[in-house]
Amino acid sequence: MAHHTLEMPITPEKARELRIGDTVTLERTLYGIRDATLIHMFDRGRRTRLDLKGHAVIHTAPNVHRVPISNEAPVGYKPFCIGTTTSMRMERFTHDLMQREGVRLIIGKGGMGPDTLAAFKEFGGAYLAIVGGAAALETTWIDCIEDIDMDDLHPESLWRFAIHGFGPLLVGMDSHGGSLYSDIQQGVASRREAVLKSIGAM
Amino acid sequence: MQIDIKEVEEVCKTLYVQALKMLPADIKAGFKQLVRDETSATGRTILDTMVENIAVAERTNNILCQDTGIPIYNVTVGRDVQFEGADLKAAIRRGCERATTECSLRSSVVHPITRKNNQTSSGIRVPIIHVDFDERPETMSIEMIPKGSGSENGSFLQMLLPSDGIKAVKRFVIERVIDLGGRVCPPTIVGVGLGGTSDLCMHLAKIAATRPLGSTCSDEEGAKIEAELSQAVNELGIGPQGLGGRSTSFAVHVEVAATHITQNPVAVNIQCHSARRARATITPGGITFSA
Repeated sequence: MAHHTLEMPITPEKARELRIGDTVTLERTLYGIRDATLIHMFDRGRRTRLDLKGHAVIHTAPNVHRVPISNEAPVGYKPFCIGTTTSMRMERFTHDLMQREGVRLIIGKGGMGPDTLAAFKEFGGAYLAIVGGAAALETTWIDCIEDIDMDDLHPESLWRFAIHGFGPLLVGMDSHGGSLYSDIQQGVASRREAVLKSIGAM
Repeated sequence: MQIDIKEVEEVCKTLYVQALKMLPADIKAGFKQLVRDETSATGRTILDTMVENIAVAERTNNILCQDTGIPIYNVTVGRDVQFEGADLKAAIRRGCERATTECSLRSSVVHPITRKNNQTSSGIRVPIIHVDFDERPETMSIEMIPKGSGSENGSFLQMLLPSDGIKAVKRFVIERVIDLGGRVCPPTIVGVGLGGTSDLCMHLAKIAATRPLGSTCSDEEGAKIEAELSQAVNELGIGPQGLGGRSTSFAVHVEVAATHITQNPVAVNIQCHSARRARATITPGGITFSA
């Protein structure tokens, strides 16, 4: 179980070094994305001027304050509470997000499915589990909102955050077919019958 | 007692923000219990992070989770309380909207077809307002629940058959918890509705999911099932965030209602670990806030 500090963006080779059970801390840059952003980008053909190549995206829609433009708030938004949403809803977008935009890492909660695992294998990527609901803590790892696109979808815009010490995050899925979520689910499935029997529900 | 509508608006604004920032004492105590019982190292680390987050939110005066939820206001009206119902509903709505705009909360509410976000946490029939009555003299209480959606998406209804019995009810609950895994942000409170019509059954599940930890079902048979299921879900090994461990749920809560001779309805509604709620009680002596 290794710990990796990653200066974003990273190469596919670097992403392939990550193994399930490893921990990761991200530095420099992180993008925020979620349902509406992905629907518009891939179902409705919208393109972003932001360059996601080699980067990590986090499944989020933040709480922000509107403030005058300054060095600390180059696009007029200040972080207030930035957390993470359930990833599985966005399963069908991972392949295109990696192929078209070159995204390398996905940060989220709850894990993702077989299509995402296949995309990680094909392009070199990983899923980093963050603790869902721990948004106040997560916000302390974010320095500022550097850029934004598709803000007509607010708060489901495409956000670029400047970050420091973003983690530790747990590698939940890797590019070698490994998924902690599948491992846990198999264990749960093997206990299902005994649990149902114990409450007379078989 | 005459209700001051302007005061209700202020209270409803305050309640939304307070609910988002301060976790109720019973949930904090629930975390302590889970930390004590957790056997998985990963599970323990995740629980520790959740507990740290509660402290960070309090220290930095931040909200606990970025999901501001679907706003729900539960109003309970005691005896000898006077107000105009339509004005009360409008005041609750204004309070909810003002909390969102004045405190820069993320509006998480959209039109279901156009997906347009008014940026006010309000829309058609939202905030959700429930009004009930009780025996308390000159008392009105308003409970605010920002219902987070990772867990709200873990909602199910099954109109089972009478011949399926309670056995199928229990199996339904366990299987839904297994299907949901880490998606609903465990450790959770699993709310279970039993009986009623389809809509009442679903509502019962929500009441159960948002009931304080340590409370039990007022129906003896329902209480037995919740004790049994509370133990069973934590034998599954789903654990915090679905990454393994004992702490799948703080508890399973059950609420029951009488049902039709042909029906055996069961509903599941999940509450995530950020089990937020806040309450204001209005009496002639003033307003008190609690969780």
